[in-house]
Amino acid sequence: MTQSPEIHLRGTHSIEGVHLFGPVDVRLPAGQWTCILGRSGVGKSTLLRLIADLAHAGDFEGKITTSDGAALAERVSFMAQSDLLLPWLSVLENTVLGARLRGQKPDMERAERLLDRVGLSHQAHKKPNALSGGMRQRTALARTLMEDRCIALLDEPFSALDASTRADMQELAAEVLAGKTVLLVTHDPAEAVRLGHQIIVLTPEAARPWPPPQDAPVRDQYAPATIACQAALLAHLRQAP
Amino acid sequence: MMRMRHTLGAAAFALLLWHGIVWITDVPSFILPSPMRVARAAIENWALIADNALVTATEVILGLIIGTFLGAMTAIQLANYARLHRLVMPLLIFTQAVPVFALAPILTLWFGYGIASKVAMAILIIYFPVTSATYDGLTRVPTDILDMAKTMGGTKRQIMRRIKLPHALPFLGTGLKLAAVYAPIGAVIGEWVGASKGLGYLMLLANGRAKTDLMFASLFTLAIMTLLLHRGVTKASDHLIAMACDDGMPRLHMVRQDPAQPVER
Repeated sequence: MTQSPEIHLRGTHSIEGVHLFGPVDVRLPAGQWTCILGRSGVGKSTLLRLIADLAHAGDFEGKITTSDGAALAERVSFMAQSDLLLPWLSVLENTVLGARLRGQKPDMERAERLLDRVGLSHQAHKKPNALSGGMRQRTALARTLMEDRCIALLDEPFSALDASTRADMQELAAEVLAGKTVLLVTHDPAEAVRLGHQIIVLTPEAARPWPPPQDAPVRDQYAPATIACQAALLAHLRQAP
Repeated sequence: MMRMRHTLGAAAFALLLWHGIVWITDVPSFILPSPMRVARAAIENWALIADNALVTATEVILGLIIGTFLGAMTAIQLANYARLHRLVMPLLIFTQAVPVFALAPILTLWFGYGIASKVAMAILIIYFPVTSATYDGLTRVPTDILDMAKTMGGTKRQIMRRIKLPHALPFLGTGLKLAAVYAPIGAVIGEWVGASKGLGYLMLLANGRAKTDLMFASLFTLAIMTLLLHRGVTKASDHLIAMACDDGMPRLHMVRQDPAQPVER
């Protein structure tokens, strides 16, 4: 894996002439987690799709640059709200899907090691529908790791999980994605405060940073500073346009 | 078992009703023969019926195989090239507006009185349902999956092979079930227009000679053949669906996970 770069996005986005967000100036620090929050429809996922160079509605006027000057293509991995597992493939085959799609021979030993790392070594040959939601999302995480990309774009990947599985998944993701430049789109202030080195609140006018607690992620969810920060963030989000 | 009992019950009721009508109205047997008479005609002419049924079955199965292959291949090309889809789809829909009956004489003129014109009819009649169903399956892969494949650097060919085609299998199965019912219609229409063999030909021949019992026996043979074909194709497509998704439902369409999922083990 190459060194994770810092990503810098500046610009304005509109859909059919209607202003969506901006002008924004967002920096995703190298090797750190940036969590983006904001009301539904404000353009959080659009912002993520812009960085991933995926199809999106509307027009973006601005620039996306990296600290090392290299292109983002082929350095980005993507995790969505649903696990995106192919139901006709086993857990192991889902993990190596990227190599198969590129027409390459997958490194099965590495895939097995990664499944072991996310605690799924005994489920490798099961089909996704034989797994629980948490297990499926762990498979998706193993698939993301298998790609060994230095940038991870996560679009509410834990939002459909129950509270305890979500907390487990947050810790696992923080551990296995350490060192990568991560953008996490979330609706959950608690998740953002727990995981973010940097927290950004996106509104139609701007993308403003919200100060996270002093200690490093993953933060203790019961710590007074964490609770106070997430309460203040929630209050702020409720007032945000 | 219960379903089998219901089917047998319904068949017995229909036969009784039929027999009752013949008995009460005393209608001549060349207008409506009794079930017993039809059964007797079937037994007496079993070699003749079997010989002609074999020809129709060959036409139907060849039509089904070739039509499915052509339909699936067309769907893949239409899914690969959006421009081709915009150009070809209106033409395909237009062809559906032309009654197959109207095409049968032309096909007989082009392909002759042999098996080829009947296979061509069967192909024509199933081509559109198979193409349309397969195309739907290929193009309805959830966007998130395709986005993920794009970020992974997947090639067009591999995305088609490993994502779109398996996703389209249950849709193709639905198209095949329709095709199994339509294909015999095509073959029989072809035989009516011009043939020297086949159940359609035998039905016309029997009708012309006032052998209505033989015509009914041929008709029932055709119906049983179609039912068996439909059953076989249903089993095969169920197998396709099982291959594509373990629980028999295309899970890919679920954007959110089921809240009633099994607990973490």
